[in-house]
Amino acid sequence: MPDETTQETSTPTPAPRPQGGREGGRPDGPRGERGPGGRDGGRKFFRRKKVCKFCVEKIDDINYKDVRLLGQFVAERGKIVPRRLTGVCTPHQRRLTTAIKRARNIALLPFAAR
Amino acid sequence: MQRSYEVMFIVRPDLLEEDVDKLIATLQGHATNAGATVEKAEKMGKRRLAYDVKKFSDGQYVLFVMKADGKAIHELERRMRVSEPVIKFITVRTDEEHQRLGKIRKIRESRVKRPPAGTAPAEAESPAVNA
Repeated sequence: MPDETTQETSTPTPAPRPQGGREGGRPDGPRGERGPGGRDGGRKFFRRKKVCKFCVEKIDDINYKDVRLLGQFVAERGKIVPRRLTGVCTPHQRRLTTAIKRARNIALLPFAAR
Repeated sequence: MQRSYEVMFIVRPDLLEEDVDKLIATLQGHATNAGATVEKAEKMGKRRLAYDVKKFSDGQYVLFVMKADGKAIHELERRMRVSEPVIKFITVRTDEEHQRLGKIRKIRESRVKRPPAGTAPAEAESPAVNA
């Protein structure tokens, strides 16, 4: 896998053409970098598949009192980190969101950290 | 209708230990008078608040775990709103969550049990696995 990526980066000029023909959204290169590449050929560098922490560690109860756990899913400014960055699955993200919001209400987590 | 609730509240940090105990006792009394049963009253200690509440940056957290109906909760919340040392509180209904967790636990247990259970009673599944 790493070999493939290095090859692609070494030949940057011919690569965009066939991809551009196949997929209309190819010209916006920076956007392709952020998300998974869409087509496997368009992926610039190797990224490990993210897995849901709650599914893997079998955490059933996402409690608002567990600040340590919730803190991992809150950005520096106090924002809830989106699913696409953390890899949490949808049902768990939903519970996580309510837990974080409850924790904010009782001043365990900040609404906005300065 | 009795439901299980968690009531967490923050007491101002400058209140003395025995006064906190007294406050907990009185609130517990009010709750039981209103028809609730307090199963657990836990002091979670002093903590730094994530943001200032009534100009305090610290607070002593107290947690009640109780069985109550809506009226009792309403009464307790009213008391806390009135009582001056309580600076913030939150009530969370937990019965549905407990139910959900119980269900998950049961499913998980049955999954763990299945491999040995499948071999012991001769079900349709075990010969298929062997073959």
